Amino acid sequence: MEDIRAEALRFNIDLSTVDWNAVRLPPGEDAGIKSDDEDLNEEDSLEFDAGFGNIIVVDNLPVVPREKFEKLEGVVRKIYSQIGVIKENGLWMPVEEDTGKTRGYCFIEYNTPQEAELAKEKTNGYKLDRAHIFAVNMFDEIEKFMKVPDEWAPPEIKPYTPGENLQHWLTDEKGRDQFVIRAGSDTEVLWNDARQVKADPVYKRPFWTESFVQWSPLGTYLATVHRQGAAVWGGASTFNRLMRYAHPQVKLIDFSPGEKYLVTYSSHEPSNPRDTHRVVLNIFDVRTGKVMRDFKGSADEFAIGGTGGFTGVSWPVFRWGGGKEDKYFARMGKNVISVYETETFSLIDKKSIKVENVMDFSWSPTDPIFALFVPELGGGNQPARVSLFQIPSKEELRQKNLFSVSDCKMYWQSNGEYLAVKVDRYTKTKKSTYTGFELFRIKERDIPIEVFELDNKNDKVISFAWEPKGHRFAVIHGDNPRPDVSFYSVKGGKVSKLTTLKQKQSNALFWSPGGRFIILAGLKGFNGQLEFYNVDECETMATAEHFMATDIEWDPTGRYVATSVTSVHEMENGFNIWSFNGKLLYRILKDHFFQFLWRPRPPSFLSPEKEEEIAKNLKKYSKKYDVQDQDISVLLSEQDREKRKQLKEDWERWVNEWKKYHEEEKTERQMLRDGEASDVEEEYEAKEVEVEELLDVSEEVIQDM
Amino acid sequence: MGKTNLLLNDGQLLLLLLRRSKSSSFLQLNFRQSKAKMRPILMKGHERPLTFLKYNRDGDLLFSCAKDHTPTVWFADNGERLGTYAGHNGAVWCCDVSRDSTRLITGSADQSAKLWDVQSGTQLFTFSFDSPARAVDFAVGDKLAVITTDPFMGLTSAIHVKRIAADPDDQVGDSVLVLKGPQGRINRAVWGPLNKTIISAGEDAVVRIWDTETGKLLQENDKEVGHKKTVTSLAKSTDGSHFLTGSLDKSAKLWDSRSLTLIKTYFTERPVNAVAMSPLLNHVVLGGGQDASAVTTTDHRAGKFEAKFYDKILQEEIGGVKGHFGPINALAFNPDGKSFSSGGEDGYVRLHHFDPDYFKIPSI
Repeated sequence: MEDIRAEALRFNIDLSTVDWNAVRLPPGEDAGIKSDDEDLNEEDSLEFDAGFGNIIVVDNLPVVPREKFEKLEGVVRKIYSQIGVIKENGLWMPVEEDTGKTRGYCFIEYNTPQEAELAKEKTNGYKLDRAHIFAVNMFDEIEKFMKVPDEWAPPEIKPYTPGENLQHWLTDEKGRDQFVIRAGSDTEVLWNDARQVKADPVYKRPFWTESFVQWSPLGTYLATVHRQGAAVWGGASTFNRLMRYAHPQVKLIDFSPGEKYLVTYSSHEPSNPRDTHRVVLNIFDVRTGKVMRDFKGSADEFAIGGTGGFTGVSWPVFRWGGGKEDKYFARMGKNVISVYETETFSLIDKKSIKVENVMDFSWSPTDPIFALFVPELGGGNQPARVSLFQIPSKEELRQKNLFSVSDCKMYWQSNGEYLAVKVDRYTKTKKSTYTGFELFRIKERDIPIEVFELDNKNDKVISFAWEPKGHRFAVIHGDNPRPDVSFYSVKGGKVSKLTTLKQKQSNALFWSPGGRFIILAGLKGFNGQLEFYNVDECETMATAEHFMATDIEWDPTGRYVATSVTSVHEMENGFNIWSFNGKLLYRILKDHFFQFLWRPRPPSFLSPEKEEEIAKNLKKYSKKYDVQDQDISVLLSEQDREKRKQLKEDWERWVNEWKKYHEEEKTERQMLRDGEASDVEEEYEAKEVEVEELLDVSEEVIQDM
Repeated sequence: MGKTNLLLNDGQLLLLLLRRSKSSSFLQLNFRQSKAKMRPILMKGHERPLTFLKYNRDGDLLFSCAKDHTPTVWFADNGERLGTYAGHNGAVWCCDVSRDSTRLITGSADQSAKLWDVQSGTQLFTFSFDSPARAVDFAVGDKLAVITTDPFMGLTSAIHVKRIAADPDDQVGDSVLVLKGPQGRINRAVWGPLNKTIISAGEDAVVRIWDTETGKLLQENDKEVGHKKTVTSLAKSTDGSHFLTGSLDKSAKLWDSRSLTLIKTYFTERPVNAVAMSPLLNHVVLGGGQDASAVTTTDHRAGKFEAKFYDKILQEEIGGVKGHFGPINALAFNPDGKSFSSGGEDGYVRLHHFDPDYFKIPSI
């Protein structure tokens, strides 16, 4: 890097302003700089092949003499221009030089690789007549086919080499957590060193990603998104690229909960503007990088439910079920829910589940059960319903009919024990709605359903959140500018209210991942008000403000909270780190701040009994850490004192120098001021002066009687 | 030691003492409500955003400039308006008052700088230029003044040095010296120690020192450590030994006037429009906000228009004074260090007298 800097200096180039991605060297030229992208060249030959990706080769055409050439060309053009726009002079049918006969194949060039891809898909095997069945291939693939040796040779078996420990970060001696931030063009992974009240850098890379980064759900990988596809990074000591997933123009990615699979999504502008966007979804095996299944279709096929989502597609298109085993994934279509299993990557029983008018569905976070919602049909003749389905049996476990429903929302508790369905119903006049809840107790026999309402059922529900792994939930409700926050418990077979906090400046709820603590946050309109609340004790631990905060995220252990202001605002960009009880530990300002993500942790290996034991004997276990804390704080205050001393000394040196100069220049300064003697302004003294003012004088004659 | 937070919220002064205790690695909070509550004095005399504030040496008068055309003088203790200086035909960007408080010089967008008699408000002389005048500053002894002009209609920006005659009748408009070179506007130009140098800074983010004898550029600040965006403001220390620059790059920097060494940097979250240094305590004040065009009209808090206090030596934020309904464009400390005033885009001058508690803020 040093020599690059020197080189840049020679050409007067400011390196910090160079967009490295825009730099294109002439082919074969590396300007003497070795690429650190070890398989860059191989990659390029794979994906781009000098831009022939939009050409297809159609084989098995009839061989016709020169007279019929025009006619055949017309037929071929007709077939292929239905699929996409053939480039001008993009159809080329070679002929034998001496006889003028066609050779039985032709090349067709489209505007985009997607169209070529589609043409290949649609017309491979096309029957022109009995004798001529088209064999269509991508031009880029021809060479590959040519290279196939005629003799089969047994594949070489590579000796096993153990990989890096991808979970090395979990073995941090200080038990710290990592997070990734994206600001400007830099992406950076840091340790949250809360005891030292600072962030400790791990790895930083400019232009690491082209749109965003994402951790895998267990924290093993960091995924980056590029024009050519997605990549995952990880490793024991630093971040190395572990795998790439080729998917041109990928827009969105999603990991399966057990991080075995990666779903990538792209949407492509059609060359014919009347057509809908084409959508391509690939499901990769994260470790091998193999495409397990791909889905292609028009955007309409994947647009479901309507609102929200990415250009009409609600993301994730595929929702993963069955907990961390990554066994099933499902997608909602028009009147169907298609459930696939990952053993074969095909539909379970080769059929989708037919559900007329299904609006929404949601998997249990732990079990192969999903809940779906069907709205009212036929003007109220057919009631709305919420059903629970079990997979793979496709058995309906429970169903509940609901009347005069305007909308439904499903909230699973993180252990899959409870499902709360928020139901908005019309009042009799149909002019307004009110809210009720249906609570499903999934783990109990026959799945009992309980109906409950807020104290004032006309209250609008602003936010709802289950306590992770717990039995409580919090609701923000009310129509006031300052809504109320209520806490409920579902323990003991009945929903009971714990407490209501009146008139809070909050509109979002953030439970600690360990439960018990919650942040009542007032984002957007409330300018980043934060209230750290302990639900066990029903008391506010702290109130604070992170002005203009847009995002809040608990670290995976529930010890710390990050609040950040991302670049939706122009000002105040950066993040704050708080302790769970609302103590501001440190803040870092970064312009153009885009993302803050804690690195997730896999679930603990401790048994529930062991965890309970630790909780009981916390004193014993915490002793070691208390000593460490003490040491660090002593060290810190020592360092702090040292630093202050140093600063003060430096400052005094300056002051003394200035005084010296000031003294030396005294006569000269006096001359400039025409001999005015004093420099009094420098030794300004404040004196208290009492001023008596005569306000009014009046004379009165006191008459002596 | 100790970190102190001073909050002045619309007249209510609350002092928070954040003291770093030895036993805990975290900060401990002590709340203390001050007994005396000083209300800031709101001075509404300007119809347009404020641009500059200046106290006279005695600290009894406060001069304010605004985008309306009339600089105004106020009593610095009670905020009473004393008078205005009518005559300019454009926004007034800057002013300076002579040591004996008899002369006022103002620079205006009407392509002129004017000399005024402070007491009577009469115009004594007009320096005419071909482009708007921006910064003005009297030299030590008040016999020279520096005036900067903006780039305009093909003209580049320039720094002019004028001789100020003792008797206004002898005053001439000729420049003793004209300095050119910097790109873009020169937002501030002030005299260095003993009038030997002129320190300038502006849109090209570079702080420069010029020789007033030869007109040569002596020094430019080190690019590595310098400002990254337009320098909007500059405040000299009382003895002229060091100065503070504020920039749109959301920082303020403290420099040595003689060597142009960077001594301190103060980081904030917002572009800095105005800076001031306490003559009494080791405090610096930064004011700012955002571009006037970017101010949301609904919620004044969205801009958080706060004058922020920093410990000059530790470079730590120690408190803030809120109140303005728009970005802060001007800040000035009373020479006695016991009050300061701020001028905002909202057209108000706010005059703050410090609480007794302010002076008890522990420093290192």
